[in-house]
Amino acid sequence: MALSFFDQFMSPNFLGIPLIAMAIALPWTLYPTPSTRWLSNRLLTLQNWSINRFTQQLLLPLNQEGHKWAALLASLMIFLLSLNMLGLLPYTFTPTTQLSLNLGLAVPLWLATVIIGMRNRPTHALGHLLPEGTPSLLIPILIIIETISLLIRPIALGVRLTANLTAGHLLIQLIATASFVLLPLMPTVAVLTTALLFLLTLLEVAVAMIQAYVFVLLLSLYLQENV
Amino acid sequence: MADRPVPVVEKRLMDVKLGELGTWLGGRDFTPNGLISALRKGHDRYYNKYINVKKGGFGGIAMLLAGYVALSYLWEYDHIKHDRWRKYH
Repeated sequence: MALSFFDQFMSPNFLGIPLIAMAIALPWTLYPTPSTRWLSNRLLTLQNWSINRFTQQLLLPLNQEGHKWAALLASLMIFLLSLNMLGLLPYTFTPTTQLSLNLGLAVPLWLATVIIGMRNRPTHALGHLLPEGTPSLLIPILIIIETISLLIRPIALGVRLTANLTAGHLLIQLIATASFVLLPLMPTVAVLTTALLFLLTLLEVAVAMIQAYVFVLLLSLYLQENV
Repeated sequence: MADRPVPVVEKRLMDVKLGELGTWLGGRDFTPNGLISALRKGHDRYYNKYINVKKGGFGGIAMLLAGYVALSYLWEYDHIKHDRWRKYH
């Protein structure tokens, strides 16, 4: 029955605890605290190096004020990256397929950038609503359009992440079911479908990383406009 | 090897004899602080044995992830068992 394909997105309960709780708590255990030793273990070295590189790259276009957001953006990136990648393991649950979680991350952070802009530099923040060089006749319409585009940003952020991950997981389940059912009937087609499944899984790994990055990048862009 | 007799509660689990299991369980610290400190000690033991070593490999994290997959399967078993019994998917 077609409805059962969406069952993978319902978090099951076990002894009263939903699986989503364990899925969200897990990334915290995978990243150890940096130690004070001069030479730490391999995991810590790798972790420190990659987080430093990433934060340095992300904060390049931001001014001094924006650097205060470094810890938040870096931890958001690590969180989303781990949640997405861990969801690709068998039998696991991906919390980022739930719109509630993504909107819960997107709306407060976007709202924070808007409020910061409106409080500290209101003229500059409002100036973004009208691009330079527009003909005078178009000004009213363009302001309305830009306001709508501003208000739609948090919804776009949340829905983009949800839709990408949900679609990916759904595709994997559909193609896997097809190849499994076809195996006794038409083995050649089943082998081709399995090859397709393999390629799709590679795509999903890429999408998992890219979507996390896009989320954080767009947030840093919104911050850049307003801070 | 007759050392001083150690109280049952303080022995490690592998040293406790089967008959003493009840006493051992009864004497353990089940307060929230006790549970948290037990989790922390377990975490530290795993971390220092497999990850915080000079030439740690992928195995340290791989065991964690495998345990996570197993735990997720256990969590979802009630939901998944219907897929095995179903004729049409």
